[in-house]
Amino acid sequence: MSDIKYSNEQIARAATNIRKQILGIALERGGCYLTQACSSAEIVATLYMDILNIGPSLGNPEAQPFPGVPSPDNMDYPKGSLYNGAHDPDKDRFFVSCCHYASVIYCALAECGRISHSALKKFNVDGWNMEMIGAEHSPGFENTAGSLGQTVSIAAGTAHAYKLKGCTGKIYCMLSDGELEEGQAWECFQAAAFYKLDNFVIYVDVNGQQVEGWTKDVMNIEPMIERMKAFGWEAVEVNGHDIDALKAAAKTPHEGKPLMILCKTSPAQGIPLLEKMIPKHFVTITEADRAEFKKFYDEM
Amino acid sequence: MKIETNTHSKNILRFAEKHPEVVVMSADLGTSCEVKEFAKVYPDRYFSMGIAEQNMCSWAAGLAREGFRPMLHTFGVFLYRRILDQIEMSLAYPNLPVVLIGFVPGITTPGGVSHQSTNDIGVLRTVPNMAIFDIGDATEIEGVLDIAYNFNGPVYIRMLRKDVPRFFPANEPMQFNRARILSEGTDIALLSSSVCTEEAMRATAALKAKGLSIQHLHVSTLKPFTDPQVVEACEKAKYGVITIENHTVIGGLGTAVAEVMAENGIGKKLVKVGLQDTYAHGASKMYLLRKYGMDAMTLIKGVEKLTGENFGIEEHDLEEIRFEDFTTV
Repeated sequence: MSDIKYSNEQIARAATNIRKQILGIALERGGCYLTQACSSAEIVATLYMDILNIGPSLGNPEAQPFPGVPSPDNMDYPKGSLYNGAHDPDKDRFFVSCCHYASVIYCALAECGRISHSALKKFNVDGWNMEMIGAEHSPGFENTAGSLGQTVSIAAGTAHAYKLKGCTGKIYCMLSDGELEEGQAWECFQAAAFYKLDNFVIYVDVNGQQVEGWTKDVMNIEPMIERMKAFGWEAVEVNGHDIDALKAAAKTPHEGKPLMILCKTSPAQGIPLLEKMIPKHFVTITEADRAEFKKFYDEM
Repeated sequence: MKIETNTHSKNILRFAEKHPEVVVMSADLGTSCEVKEFAKVYPDRYFSMGIAEQNMCSWAAGLAREGFRPMLHTFGVFLYRRILDQIEMSLAYPNLPVVLIGFVPGITTPGGVSHQSTNDIGVLRTVPNMAIFDIGDATEIEGVLDIAYNFNGPVYIRMLRKDVPRFFPANEPMQFNRARILSEGTDIALLSSSVCTEEAMRATAALKAKGLSIQHLHVSTLKPFTDPQVVEACEKAKYGVITIENHTVIGGLGTAVAEVMAENGIGKKLVKVGLQDTYAHGASKMYLLRKYGMDAMTLIKGVEKLTGENFGIEEHDLEEIRFEDFTTV
């Protein structure tokens, strides 16, 4: 667990602040990945503030200019993983596969003091490291995850490496449910079970939506619990807005198996005004809706 | 000329002993890619990933980030065509030291179009941070892993297997980004790679007998491609430049040479011998080299085009100087 102990009330408040911050960005800039913030706020807040056993941030709390593309001459640039603490063998690692949730990650980092609140002003601003879709220089990001399906394999490879080296930390990875349609994810699931990676835990934000609509209508992925168990995983389903349930799920016994935690969520959670819009991958706030969203923001 | 057998199999054992962080990953073709012995000697460092190349590639990235040096073994075609996005986003963008060892390059497999990596160099030359090595003989097999290791970034190797001739002295190992000069001359600059170097050697022997002076470079580093010897060879060639490669003529050695010529203002003719913007099919190497015009006779016709001279060399003239085929041990 983090060095600082957070109460459920504090975690819940952080989740609300994440939603509020991203609604604020949406109001200021005309739009943002707001439904993802609504669905995942408790998951990300609970991971950072309770579940993940990570050390203090080693990153600069202020936003940084884009440090350049990795190359033989540029390998010592500040990594996004610095914000998740040192890579000590007994500490956990956190891989964000759903990297269009970057704003949620940045806001969660701000809520637990890993970046400053003022750094959020540089979110999606040209030339800075806090891009709309994060890459490995962005705070909180281990890798460049924008092409879906790859980060699960990278995280599993890391979990495999931890086993080989005898590291006791766990490897956590966060996905969104739409990504489960990628074939590579299933290649990874079979290999992670084959290598008995019981140090590997995936939290899935099952918000049921993707770009073109509801996941069940675009490409059905259910029944996930049965599918994962058939692949040799332990799998549990929880209410993704229930902080106690999210915490308890991390303690599910999964000896000799990787663990998937399917977090059922709503893309309108905490901002009921979104109910009329969902499913919605990218929320644009029109002039007509602006006043009521602004009023809601002020009261959050 | 000596034919060596299973050189990679022996070499990777030597190499792995020196570097304990080296691990081998296989997509169900390790036994076809000369790491069967490795799996016996180092069972804890041999990871069977199944027929799932995308996951293998990104998984390797995770291992590499933790200090391991993964070496992926399967046929070349499955290591670039199928998994280009994984190569780019999981390996190349973060500049990770992962080595993709692609076997049966170009038309060296009777497996047909699905097994023939005929545009791998062209595709992967566009990928930043990558190095590309194209193996031509047994001495290069013995040297390439050390070069790949020292490159310390993502590497793609077009590897030869089983019976491979040793053209170059064992005590003169392959050098990074440096072509091997096989003959000196000023009439024609000839650059060859992979199994086409053997064809080039057959052609140059016949052409030299006709009095032609040829600067012949065997190229094994396709990326980076900044060897000053290439510029020197092209500059001094009286009639022009000719390339021959086990690859399509778009994007590979011929294209790389064309770029160097243009960038250096070398206004000479260039003939590119190789697959002429086509796929091939399943057949033996010698048959395919001839059928698709990647052989010594096609090279000679190209030289005749550059010089405007007919040397009257026939296939049977080459038969007398033909080296042993790869299938002969």
